[in-house]
Amino acid sequence: MIEIKGVNKLFEDRQVLFDINATFLSGKNNLIIGASGGGKSVMMKCMVGLEHPDTGTIAFDGRDILALEDQDLRDVRREIGMLFQGTALFDSLTVEQNIAFPLEMFSKMSTAEIRDRVNFCLKRVNLENINNKFPSEISGGMKKRVGIARAIALDIKYLFCDEPNSGLDPITSRLIDELIDEITKEYGITNVINSHDMKTVFDIGDHIIFLYKGKKWWEGNRADLKHAQKEIKELDEFIKASYFE
Amino acid sequence: MNLRFFYYFGHYLLFMKSMIARPEKTRIFFKRLSDEMYKIGIGSLPIIAITSLFIGAVTTVQTAYQLVSGLISKSVIGTIVSDSTMLELGPTISCLVLSGKVGAHIASEIGNMRISEQIDALDVMGINAPGYLALPKIIAGMLMIPLLNIVAITLSIYGGYAAGELSGILTHEEFISGARSTFKGFTVFFSTVKAFTFAFIITSVSSYQGYYTTGGALGVGESSTRAVVYSSVLVLFFDYILAEILL
Repeated sequence: MIEIKGVNKLFEDRQVLFDINATFLSGKNNLIIGASGGGKSVMMKCMVGLEHPDTGTIAFDGRDILALEDQDLRDVRREIGMLFQGTALFDSLTVEQNIAFPLEMFSKMSTAEIRDRVNFCLKRVNLENINNKFPSEISGGMKKRVGIARAIALDIKYLFCDEPNSGLDPITSRLIDELIDEITKEYGITNVINSHDMKTVFDIGDHIIFLYKGKKWWEGNRADLKHAQKEIKELDEFIKASYFE
Repeated sequence: MNLRFFYYFGHYLLFMKSMIARPEKTRIFFKRLSDEMYKIGIGSLPIIAITSLFIGAVTTVQTAYQLVSGLISKSVIGTIVSDSTMLELGPTISCLVLSGKVGAHIASEIGNMRISEQIDALDVMGINAPGYLALPKIIAGMLMIPLLNIVAITLSIYGGYAAGELSGILTHEEFISGARSTFKGFTVFFSTVKAFTFAFIITSVSSYQGYYTTGGALGVGESSTRAVVYSSVLVLFFDYILAEILL
């Protein structure tokens, strides 16, 4: 479980997050939704340590990453996997080398064990026989899957997915959603998904946080969303606009 | 403007410090180091060879053109070519060429990783990105560029010798005797110190520029350009500083 309390973030004199308090549950798909510029990406970057909030705490199972010493912070980070919007695969490495990368850096596995683990992860994301291809040689959907395979190569506890469906066709988007959902439930991962795809929200969103202009506007589960839509104008506008898209 | 200089210089020093704060796995570090040594050393050999041969040849021809007095021995051409090659043309011209070739490559490679979130991916994994990306390049440069300098000096002197012989400006014996007459071991030492210093400047400045790339493809282009311009200017500046200190 990840708990964030009182998080504020300013870029120079422009405040982008206002006193955010939220809880992200283990074994669930926790979605952060909201319009572009609403603070979703900054919030996720604060959670994974790419940005430092000005105030507040971000606790991974009780460990406040903003107060940890370097070594402890690195230990927490090794429990984190992240699927980037643009996949962020290392373009000078093959698919196999990309997935093996965190294993080579942080595990004491032998070469054979690493190869087995890579093949297992590739099979888990429904990909096979692309070990020696470079990221530039595979499709966008395959890159996303390889990104997921790299993220789960180590035994992670937390998975962050930044716009996992961006740039994908609707069918591939649903396949990626299903895959993320399966992996989250299978490994009991605390999964945080940053998305403005309402299909994803209604298909796999277990716990949803709606950000509006840097403020947490609503938090609840999928079943409550329709009801909340009727009561909260901003949420209603966002959902309707998403369907028009 | 002055304050901006201090800001960037401080930022650069912090970048250098962050590189050595957390060493990566030794095995992976040496693998990356050997890859970078190959890329910088072997990859730059053709351009260094071509540049050096022609610089030596041109120096011989132009020195002969200026020596119009019959009272001066032709062997002086060999002296001038070898000394100027070792003192200045070998390390400085080679490193100016390398700031274009190696510097632009480093800045664009790291800059591209920055804009495509690959550096963010390293950060999220808990890897010291400057240490993983830049340190092997800097050490590889500091090992390989002085060696390339020795190659450059050798080929430049050979180019001068060949040009003299082929054009009939001076004989083989005259060139060799001139080159040997004023040779001092210190000249080679000075040349190596220069190459070592320039190598650090080129690789560290280019890594810094690439690491802090902002924007998209345009930003990568701007970082590469800044890497080449700043490292070239700094090479020339330190060329003068080292000459003042060591000569």
